[in-house]
Amino acid sequence: MSDAQGPSQVRRIDGMGNAECPECAGILSLAPNTEAGEIMSCPDCGARLEVRSVNPPQLAAAPKVEEDWGE
Amino acid sequence: MRIGICYTLISAENKMLFDAAKKGGVGLQRVVDSESLLPITQKESKELDVLLQRSVSFSRSLCLTYYFERLGTDVINSYKAAKVCGDKMLSSFELGASGVPTPKTFVAFTPESARLAGKRLGFPLVMKPVMGSWARMVHKINDEDALDAALESREEMGNPWQKIYYLQEHIDKPGRDIRAFVVGEEVVAAIYRNSTEKSGWITNTGRGGTASKCEVTPELREICLKAVKIVDEGIYGVDLMESGNGLVVHEINHTTEFRNSIAPTGVDIAGKMIGYVIARAKK
Repeated sequence: MSDAQGPSQVRRIDGMGNAECPECAGILSLAPNTEAGEIMSCPDCGARLEVRSVNPPQLAAAPKVEEDWGE
Repeated sequence: MRIGICYTLISAENKMLFDAAKKGGVGLQRVVDSESLLPITQKESKELDVLLQRSVSFSRSLCLTYYFERLGTDVINSYKAAKVCGDKMLSSFELGASGVPTPKTFVAFTPESARLAGKRLGFPLVMKPVMGSWARMVHKINDEDALDAALESREEMGNPWQKIYYLQEHIDKPGRDIRAFVVGEEVVAAIYRNSTEKSGWITNTGRGGTASKCEVTPELREICLKAVKIVDEGIYGVDLMESGNGLVVHEINHTTEFRNSIAPTGVDIAGKMIGYVIARAKK
């Protein structure tokens, strides 16, 4: 069962390293070495997501790319 | 030996750097830019010998790099490097002043002056924001009408930096450009960034361009090492184009991304970077 956490769009789903995409509700499997703060893309919808927590698995929309971001 | 890494997000590159440090048996103290609180007027002591600066936020990066450098930390890359690389006008000026082949460029502050630059350069030309990355708002302008339209759009923007018009000669490149990775005094790898149907004339891999291996020839090595001399020694991604008159350098990136360059080159770029950081910490 997904568990919406309000306006921050945090989603978590179970204790097996699976989390729900807050954009499309697709299920993402977090790799064992995943860290909080990591950025990943949803394989279903392509949304940029930030790992808020690994245990329990929680994802939120990644921070918006700012005008001064780059390399 | 106290080594830190400063970042905005845990990107693919940063994760590879964490792993490389772990493999090298080195602990990295993490400095997350968004969580930093800098005591500016209180006297603080140096906590890090070397800081690898990887913030994607240019504004935060400048503040943090200045702060740590003034505490005595060796920051890679330096404040001077960030300032020059992060501002296309400064980069182009320094490249030109150092005799590094680089596209002819004008900077103007009004649409009228920008149109004059268009007449001097001819069409097509390329207009870019003086600050910005990932090919955001980098436009190929084919004629005077297109320049007028682009200038009108920029004039409507609230950010004053968008009203500094950086106009550059268009290099008729062969559907690709080159990103070369410079670590210290070594060019460790290079890729071609190939434009695709998706990326259009842009070659950034983040915009749909594809990466393929580019041999580090003596010519490429020489021009890259000459280019990075405009800033302090460090870790850079040098962008070059193949013109009819040889290679030209158009940008130097001070927090270069490399995730798409490992597979085509076979080079452990993160390992090379961490090895260099450790060597600097031992100096």
